[in-house]
Amino acid sequence: MSRQSVAKAHQKIQELSWDPVYHEPVSHYGTDYTFRKAKKKDPLKQVLRSYFPMQEEKDHRVYGAEDGAIRGNMFRQVQERWLEWQKLFLSIIPLPEISAARAMPLLFRTVPNPELHNGQAIQMIDEVRHSTIQQNLKRLYMNNYIDPAGFNSSLRNFQNDYCGTIGRQFAEGFITGDAITAASIYLTIVAETAFTNTLFVAMPAEAAANGDYLLPTVFHSVQSDESRHISNGYATLLMALSDESNHQLLERDLRYAWWNNHRVVDAAIGTFIEYGTKDRRKDRESYAEMWRRWIYDDYYRSYLVPLEKYGLTIPHDLIEESWNQIWNKGYVHEVAQFFATGWLANYWRIDPMTDADFEWFEYKYPGWYDKYGKWWENYNRLATPNGHHPIVAENVDYVYPHRCWTCMVPCLVREDMVMDKVDGQWRTYCHEACRWTDVEAFRPTYQGRNTPNMGQLIGAREWETLYHGWNWADVVKDMGFVRDDGRTMVAQPHLDLDPKKMWTLDHLRRMPAVQSPNVLLNQMTDDERAAFQADYNRQGPAGRPAPAQV
Amino acid sequence: MTTTAVPSTERSVPKPAFTDAEAGAKVFPDSDARRYNYFKPAKRKQSHYEDVTVEVQPDPRHYLSQGWLYGFADGKGGYPLEWTALRAWGSDRPVPERYAGSGGAGYEWPAHGWHEFRDPNEEWELTLYRYNSNVVRQLNQNIEAARQAKAFDQWNRNWVQFVAQHVGAWMHVDHGLGLYLFANANRRAPTNMHNNAISVNSMHRIRAAQDLALYNLTLSEEIEGFDGGAHIQTWNSDPAWQGVRETAEQLTSIWDWCEAIFAANVVFEPLVGELFRSNLVQQAAPSNGDFITPTLIGAEEYDFAERDLRYTKPMFHLLVTDKQFGAENRKLMQQWLETWVPRCVHAARTLQPLWSQPDAKPPRFEDGLDRAKSRFSAILSELELTAPKELGQ
Repeated sequence: MSRQSVAKAHQKIQELSWDPVYHEPVSHYGTDYTFRKAKKKDPLKQVLRSYFPMQEEKDHRVYGAEDGAIRGNMFRQVQERWLEWQKLFLSIIPLPEISAARAMPLLFRTVPNPELHNGQAIQMIDEVRHSTIQQNLKRLYMNNYIDPAGFNSSLRNFQNDYCGTIGRQFAEGFITGDAITAASIYLTIVAETAFTNTLFVAMPAEAAANGDYLLPTVFHSVQSDESRHISNGYATLLMALSDESNHQLLERDLRYAWWNNHRVVDAAIGTFIEYGTKDRRKDRESYAEMWRRWIYDDYYRSYLVPLEKYGLTIPHDLIEESWNQIWNKGYVHEVAQFFATGWLANYWRIDPMTDADFEWFEYKYPGWYDKYGKWWENYNRLATPNGHHPIVAENVDYVYPHRCWTCMVPCLVREDMVMDKVDGQWRTYCHEACRWTDVEAFRPTYQGRNTPNMGQLIGAREWETLYHGWNWADVVKDMGFVRDDGRTMVAQPHLDLDPKKMWTLDHLRRMPAVQSPNVLLNQMTDDERAAFQADYNRQGPAGRPAPAQV
Repeated sequence: MTTTAVPSTERSVPKPAFTDAEAGAKVFPDSDARRYNYFKPAKRKQSHYEDVTVEVQPDPRHYLSQGWLYGFADGKGGYPLEWTALRAWGSDRPVPERYAGSGGAGYEWPAHGWHEFRDPNEEWELTLYRYNSNVVRQLNQNIEAARQAKAFDQWNRNWVQFVAQHVGAWMHVDHGLGLYLFANANRRAPTNMHNNAISVNSMHRIRAAQDLALYNLTLSEEIEGFDGGAHIQTWNSDPAWQGVRETAEQLTSIWDWCEAIFAANVVFEPLVGELFRSNLVQQAAPSNGDFITPTLIGAEEYDFAERDLRYTKPMFHLLVTDKQFGAENRKLMQQWLETWVPRCVHAARTLQPLWSQPDAKPPRFEDGLDRAKSRFSAILSELELTAPKELGQ
């Protein structure tokens, strides 16, 4: 390597930038933030001369481990329960990664600091690394794990599955709308700085405990790049804070980004960690404990709170409410139960919970069995086809939930569900914070201030509406979640690969048609809708119908 | 001697379990379906590159049944096809409409011609880090070997100044285009195949800029009187560079991402970049005692000629020969040529005074420009485009 010090080399490459005198670079993206030119430093001082060999060396280690795992027959010890959930996770995550690469140009014209642009360009290629290294890991799983179904159709499935759609926010939120909201606050300040801890550190630890040491190998290698990305975000945030007119927007964006990340990431990663593991040692941390350590203590208390002195308004209430959702309101358990309820609309197999799992949940989350135990016993009872429907169409004291229009996770903590009529349509929201996001934050004015660059929530945001009135067999076929015999489903509510125990499209034909909760909601009269909401808010936990009123 | 009894505590560790979850352990539907099945490969068998690249960036015309979820203020989400005026077949197909009971199916793969592009370099993370690591390692070794051999002492005074001013000035072109044209364009194209190739192109340019900057730093340390800041002054005020600078800035101001890549890689690089690198620096350096600068410039030349141009040609050739919009695309590219060729020829000509500055002179400027034009014409003919009359300027 070069004999020049990194600091000196980094100082030298600052000479590369120049102010245009003949033509301004194109400005494709807008922001409502204002920035003054400032010489904020890139604290990591990365130069490509050392960057490329460093990444190559990391690659050597990753690919060496992958070869070793195959030679050592790692898959003889991998827990299927765990790897099945990777069909969902690894179908989602390459898109957020590559979207982060695509997001970097949003900052070039909006953040006037060439030193940071250098860091952003390196982040761009880091993200290309992450996306393709993860696609490669999935390919390895597909080639070497017992059941390739779901891995082999991964990127088709992810794009039309409702879980994939929930996860897709974690990508699209980076690349559209106000450039700073998207590429800085949502991506680097919240998603990367806070939630990659659970994604790329906590979850790989769980993988290792389930016999899979490749996920940790790949994702720890990925995570080692994140510190640079966090620095990019921090420097931009400090620049934004130096202009007081940005404070109102920062407050808005932190609220939106925090809450959406909590809703999306905690739903997915919480489920993978708590319901995808076979490791039920009681001294193992639960997701709630990990969250408290990685996110509450390390991010909120150590990173965010100190920024208050610079004028940042921190959404203390939403952070406490997120904890309340996870610890007191069973958010992760409600989500896992819903994913298992809708197993037939997915593309991975969901293992029933056993007595060992029940005991662990009860130990970690006292009162869990009373809320969720009975339902999981029913799930187990209905796992193999035996003249009954999949659990979603059986009477197991579970009311199919409405979707949240904003985060697209269903409104599972029933008491929190709120409604609003927006753009002529009645919409349900899982929480007031999600209603606020749609109705107030993602609008061209915010608290009386013009915000012409703010993005919009678009798309067909309620999956069930697409299939309103359809037979379930046709739904699954339309999505393509069928194996190569043309009838056996990719998804199964158990891990038994005996074809006689696997569900087929034929089993679904007898089910009642899919009904879109949102279509039905909009058909109600005002009185019916009010009664519906009152009833909904009294439902739960665990999706139970509202108790009869006396 | 006393011993202390250590209480034996069982360590809490996961228990290995034999699960037999490896491929082939059982036979069931899909048990040997071990190919990504959501796209058709360009060749008979899908490549590793395709597996890690294709369809990572979704398209509402394929499987994205709920459409894009977040939009800009104008309501457009994702990667709108109209971010370039060029069109691939099927671009005029509307995004499937979704409504209650519509279902989620899209068009059959590939839905439109943009998805037919494959990067012939097959760049993904493994390849890009290997390639660029090799380059920086080799360059470092070359520079170190030259330093130890005191090779810089062989340079004559004029050449020292030439390297400080003019070789140094080129780093600004690399940096500006790398960041504000190529990296910027990686957000604009409608497929992952395009955007990944473009982002790798961006890193070539940024790396080349840094290679030159750090070389400049070494020279400042090794050659007495070497002016490490001369490149800035040259770039800012030397009239010979203002044509290049104006054109480089103009390239970064292009709105249409295809026009930006086309103007940079099809027009500017052959007419200005290769003229400067291959027909000036590479030719002049050896006779002025410099065997080291050509290794840096040569590395960048290889980046362009063997990697960046290599993906650019099939990218645009597909559009020129597109079964539906080929004629329109060709017409538009010809217009781009009419716009950019005179600008680039002008930029090239403003560089002419550089040819007379070294003591040992390189081949004549006009000869070099003719070679650059000839190379440019050959590229155009591969793309089935015609050189505009402005090339004769």
